[in-house]
Formats: sequence, C-alpha cells, structure tokens
Amino acid sequence: MAQIFPKWTNALPTILLIVVLAGGGAITGFFWYFGSPEYTDVGYQPVQPVDYSHKLHAGELGMDCRYCHTGVETGPIAGVPPTQTCMNCHTLVKTDSKKLERIRDSWATGKPVKWVRVNKIPDYAYFDHSPHIAAGVGCETCHGDVRNMEKITQVEPLSMGWCLDCHRNPAPNLRPASEITTMNYIPPANQATFAAQRIKDKKIKPPITCSGCHR
Amino acid sequence: MSVENTVAADTFTEPPLIKGNQTFASVTEIISSIVEKKPKKAWFVLFGLASSLVMILLGSIGFLVWEGIGVWGVNNPVGWGWAITNFVFWVGIGHAGTLISAVLYIFRQKWRTSINRFAEAMTIFAVICALIFPGVHVGRVWVAYYMFPIPNQMAIWPNFRSPLLWDIFAVGTYFSVSLMFWYTGLIPDLATLRDRAKTVLRKRVLGLFSLGWRGGNKQWKHYELAYLLLAGLSTPLVLSVHSVVSTDFATSIIPGWHSTIFPPYFVAGAIFSGFAMVMTLAIIARKIYNLEDIITLKHLERMNMVIMVTGMMVGYAYSMEFFIAWYSGNEYETFTFLNRAFGPYAWAYWIMISCNVLIPQLFWSKKIRTSIPLMFVISIFVNIGMWFERFVITVTSLANDFLPSSWDYFSPTFWDVSLLIGSFGLFFTLFLLFIRYLPMISITEIKGVLPQADPHYYENHA
Repeated sequence: MAQIFPKWTNALPTILLIVVLAGGGAITGFFWYFGSPEYTDVGYQPVQPVDYSHKLHAGELGMDCRYCHTGVETGPIAGVPPTQTCMNCHTLVKTDSKKLERIRDSWATGKPVKWVRVNKIPDYAYFDHSPHIAAGVGCETCHGDVRNMEKITQVEPLSMGWCLDCHRNPAPNLRPASEITTMNYIPPANQATFAAQRIKDKKIKPPITCSGCHR
Repeated sequence: MSVENTVAADTFTEPPLIKGNQTFASVTEIISSIVEKKPKKAWFVLFGLASSLVMILLGSIGFLVWEGIGVWGVNNPVGWGWAITNFVFWVGIGHAGTLISAVLYIFRQKWRTSINRFAEAMTIFAVICALIFPGVHVGRVWVAYYMFPIPNQMAIWPNFRSPLLWDIFAVGTYFSVSLMFWYTGLIPDLATLRDRAKTVLRKRVLGLFSLGWRGGNKQWKHYELAYLLLAGLSTPLVLSVHSVVSTDFATSIIPGWHSTIFPPYFVAGAIFSGFAMVMTLAIIARKIYNLEDIITLKHLERMNMVIMVTGMMVGYAYSMEFFIAWYSGNEYETFTFLNRAFGPYAWAYWIMISCNVLIPQLFWSKKIRTSIPLMFVISIFVNIGMWFERFVITVTSLANDFLPSSWDYFSPTFWDVSLLIGSFGLFFTLFLLFIRYLPMISITEIKGVLPQADPHYYENHA
C-alpha cells in the first residue's frame, strides 16, 4: 500500500509536543507577567494639574502627612487637601511662583484643583484608612517612600492577593503608633514579639472573609 | 469434543444479534457507505432545521450576555430557573452513553455493539449542550474562569466545599473520559474508512485521526487493553457524575432538596432519560439509513426493558419522597410535597408522573415494546417527562420555601424558551454532522459479534 504521508511527517509529533509545551508555557508566562497588577498598575504616575512635590514638602520641609491628609486617622478616606490648605502657607510663601498659578486661580475662583487620584481600589472593595492606622500599619507600607517622591507613584499592586497577604499575616507590617508616618522605617530586631504583643493589645484580627471587604 | 460442543451450541445458542446473514465485507460496506455517499435529502432538511435552531441559540446567548440574566424569568425566590433544569436534563441524557459503552462492555453484553457508538456520541453532544448553561448562567461570562482553580492575583481558590465546584470536576472528567473512550473506539473504524478513501485529502485526514492503525496483532492487543481500562475508568463515572449533580440540590437546606435519596434517584433518572433519547435517535437513524439488520427489534426491545426498569426506579423515588415527607413529621417537607402535587405547579407534577411512571408501564406488553411507532412515541414522552422532573424539583422547592411572604410564581420568558430550543438545535446539529462524517455504528465490534467471529465457527461447518 502506498504511503499516505511523506516521511518528514514522522517528526511532527515531536515538533507538535515541543510547540504545545513551549507555546503553553509562553502564553501562561505572558499573562503571568504582563497581566498582573505588578505590571499593569505599579509605577502609575499621572500628570497632576499642579507640579506639587512631596519630596519638597514632606521630605525637605518635614511636614507631617496628616497636615494635609487629615481624615486618615478618623475616617475611611485620607483626603486630598482643599486649596485653602495650600494657601495657609502660600499666602505668605512663594506668593508669586509661576508653578502656583493654578492654586491661586482656584483660590480666587473657588473652583477646586482637579488632582488626579493615584492609589485606587475598585468600588466593590470596601476600604477604610482609620482601622489600618489604629492597628499600626505605616503610610509607607502601602504608599511607599512618599518623602522621596517628586511625583506620586503607585508602588504596590493593590491587588486582592496583595491585600490578603497582609490580612492573613499582619505581623511584619505593624509599627508602634509613633512610627506610623515614618519613611524608610527599619523594624526592630524584636519585631515578632512586638507584633505579637500589639496584636494581643489591640485585638487585631483582619477580616479574611469575602464580606470583610465586599460588603 | 467437537461433537459435545455442537450439542451444547444447538441447545443454548441465542438467536443472532445481527440479521440478514451478514459477512465481514457486507458489514463494512453497509456502515462505511453511509459516510462515503452523498447524504440523503432527509439529512439536508434536518440539518437545515437543526442549524437554524443553533442560530437561535447563538442569538439568545448573545442577547443574554449583552443584557444579563434578567432577561430570564428568574425572580427573587426562584433564582434557579430553566438554566439549571436544562443543565441537569442534558447531563442526564448523557448518561446512557457511558452506561451502554462502559458498563455493558464490562458485563460482556454483546447487544451493546449496535448502539454503543452513537450512544457515546450522544453523550458527548449532550454534555456539550449541558455545559452551555452553567457557562452562561453566571451572567458575566468573561469571568467564568473563576469556576476553575487557576492561580490568580486575588490569592483565592473557588470554594472547595461547594458542590457547584464538584460539578465542574465531575462533568469535566466525564466529558474528557467519554471523549477519549469514544475516540479510542473510533480508531480501527477510521482506519477502515482511510483504507477505503479515494481522494488524497480524505486519506490524509482519516490517516491523521486513525493514528497509523494497521490492524496488527500487537496493535489489537494494546487496543483491547486500553479500551478495557477506559471502560473501567468510565464505569464509576456513570454513578459519580449525576450523584455530584444531585448534591447541587441535596447539600442545600431547601425542603424537597435536602434529601439523601437524591444521588441514586438522579442516577436512575439519568439512565432513564438517556436511554429514551438513544431510542428516539436510533429509531430515526435506523429508518433513514436502512440499518434494520444491525439495530434489530431485539436491541430496541432490550432498551425498552431498561427504560421500564429505570422508570420504575424513578417512580419508587417519587413515592419514597412522599413517604419520608410524611414519616419525618417535618411540616415544611410535608408541605413541599403536597404543594408539588396539588399546588400551583400541579400541572407540571402530573405531566412528570404520567410521562415517567405511568406511560413506561405500557412496556409490560410485548406488543407495545416491539412496536416501533409506539416505542418512539413513548420515548418522546419520557424525554418530556424527565425535563419536567428537573423543572419540578428546581422550581417548586424554590418558589414556596419556608417563608410564605417571599413566595412567588415562576414563569419563563421568551429567552428561556429560545435557549432550550436552541440547545436542542445544537444537539441535533452535532449529531447530524456525526452521522454524516463518522461511522455511526462500530464496524469492528459488529464483526466481533457475527457468528463467523467465533473461533469454532468453521469447525462446526466442517
């Protein structure tokens, strides 16, 4: 009986196997890397309407985070300050800076500056800043080293898995109340015992059920 | 020795399974020619009809995805409407395939050979139809992959304690094992078709799928073992798949669902409905393709007996549900069953009882179970009755549960109906494509049950 297939087709199963394995690996790897929030979200740095520098204000001038983000200890939203907060100082300091033109316009017209939000979580996830601060999670843990940021950049993926990493094991991220706003914080050598004590004192029990965040 | 054998053979021989004094060559010819000739007119008419129903299915799915599951008749107490009804219905249909091919194979029931191929095909197509419904009922189909345990950035798994997840595994396993079993069975027949092929393309396509089958002794040895192993693997699936499907209901606390009878009750119902569907299809196919010699009246009669027996098992389950509802003294359970029989859905309940319990009793009469038109009509009734069984279970328990203030009546919408009709279209389209392009009866296995296949056949004639 005549052969149906030419001889070179004998190699096809091997080639096919390699293609399937390599292709499957490549597709999985592609989504694993490029589809993850580490790739899609981390590093987000939108252009802000005013060229505000956290490095200057919070870093070099040493202003406390809570001077502007007043709601962080008491409510769900840390809050972006209104123009009035800027003008507390800028009626006296750098009153004719070109960079501050928009702030002065806003001050004169009463129209707020449209700051672009950087660290966002979806509507269907409930988040409240105050219990995190009360438990002892530092600003830096989620927002990064803000005092050295010329422009605010997202540094953490803010994915559900990332949230759960800490909710399942909060101990490494707890600090004494006095260190909440510290940047480049170095945990003490006895972090484990400190955290255990704090979890016990503050009755820290982060929710890991669905309804903890998806209310 | 040979004299004794002859005596024994004369006394105990069964009437032949295959009629018309067939030879190996004639069997090959009858079955292969169906897929080699141009299809008959009836095929084109049926295919046109079935594929236009598929268009309805695709359109309905499109609209459902666009608009959301609010287009269905589901309401507040009845969150599971026709989608789950259709899902269970189709999975149930799929059961006969595995039972016929695997269980009857292991019990060496030779009469299975005439029907196992298309019963298996039917299984696969029914499971495809079934899988549509859990796929679309999630509403946001683009996140349907949440149902599978895939590592993800949310760092969560599906709920492993949920029977809905077990369902994914059970039906997925069932589908893949059935597909493998079916394909393994097809390999020697595909090789037969390849050897008969005239065009190069046909030779190559069939050559590819027959995996280089040459029919050598060693190949047969491996093949038989593989087939037996797959049959062994499929056998527990006959019981497990519908048991798991039944736990979708039974693990909940709704009266009428929370019951330990569910797994065996569902399995019996699945075999019952599956056999009825095999009958419906077999009767049409044997008529159109003149296969009366291969699918004989004897085959059909045996299937009718299985339908009658499983119908009685289902009837037993119905009555046992009532008995336990009374015997348990649980007022909610009692109410649920009285409500089924005499409440707002009594019409559906009595359709179910008449189609599933009463009508199959007609098969006690030999005249009826050997009459082709009557058994065809009865098989259709069983199909209808088994769809209503799932409807009754799903809807009546949800519509009237513990709190009378939340009761409501379920009415299907246009889109409920169009999806059900469309799924039938898909089923028949796939089935018609199957009988057009693949041998619908196993050529090799039919040859195996011919008298000539007996090693002593030629001795007797010598």
